Amino acid sequence: MKVKVGAFLGGLVFGIGLAVAGMTQPAKIIGFFDFFGNYDPSLAFVMGGAILVYAPVYRWAVRTWQRPIWAPAFSLPTRKDIDARLVMGSAIFGVGWGLGGYCPGPALTSVGAGSQEAFTFGAAMLVGVGGYQLFVRLRESRTGGPADAQAAAMIDG
Amino acid sequence: MESFTPIASSIGGLLIGIAAAGLLLFHGRIAGISGIAGGVFRRVPGDTSWRVMFLLGLLAAGFGWSYFFPQDYLVGISRSTPALVIAGLTVGIGTQIGGGCTSGHGVCGIGRLSKRSTVATISFMATAALTVFGANEVFGGAV
Repeated sequence: MKVKVGAFLGGLVFGIGLAVAGMTQPAKIIGFFDFFGNYDPSLAFVMGGAILVYAPVYRWAVRTWQRPIWAPAFSLPTRKDIDARLVMGSAIFGVGWGLGGYCPGPALTSVGAGSQEAFTFGAAMLVGVGGYQLFVRLRESRTGGPADAQAAAMIDG
Repeated sequence: MESFTPIASSIGGLLIGIAAAGLLLFHGRIAGISGIAGGVFRRVPGDTSWRVMFLLGLLAAGFGWSYFFPQDYLVGISRSTPALVIAGLTVGIGTQIGGGCTSGHGVCGIGRLSKRSTVATISFMATAALTVFGANEVFGGAV
């Protein structure tokens, strides 16, 4: 129960942070990448502010904590190699981000806000996410696949 | 730079960092939205409910916050339905292939000093910039 409530609160604070930061307004995302127009550096301050909190907490936790409060162990990415999938997948994501002005978090929280554009984008995004994961599951069940499906789902974040 | 919001964006960023730090300390998880959403479809026993609850929290934040501050959800750019559908599909598929999005790679990954996430962030920032250049300079801002 507390795990579920905690996760809900995490999503809630994350979503409010996105709105306060202005990241639920696609014009501000487009503005960050519009070097030849009305430039808006806000996105850098959002990422900077988030990393400023997260980096020291992460460093402290992985060095001194045996385990997280509600789970038996930390579930953290382990891969270190740079592969083509990482670069190409991210490149595909960037095209959609620049085209729609939404990345996954802002899109979903804007659906909650009743935005028609976010709903159209978000529905297509879930088709992409779900379709890809179902494709992976199908391929794994055919080939025997990785035993640790959870690790496969959470490669980096 | 008339729309630049350094103070509000920094405060919002701190809130995002606090939420991500909380998910790490309490759940031991990376706060990557695309990874959390992708995992829902993998249906690993015992690994679904926290994901669904986090995503519901995200939706609830939009629902509640927009009641008081509807202007925070204005789109502000001209995008056709086909463009939004293509954008949504590429974001959905791209984040699953690339293993993360702005939160998982851009915030948590760079915060972990991960080389993979830094490379991923450079990659999606570069193609986002090229796409915005194309949309604004070739199509005049309306796609």
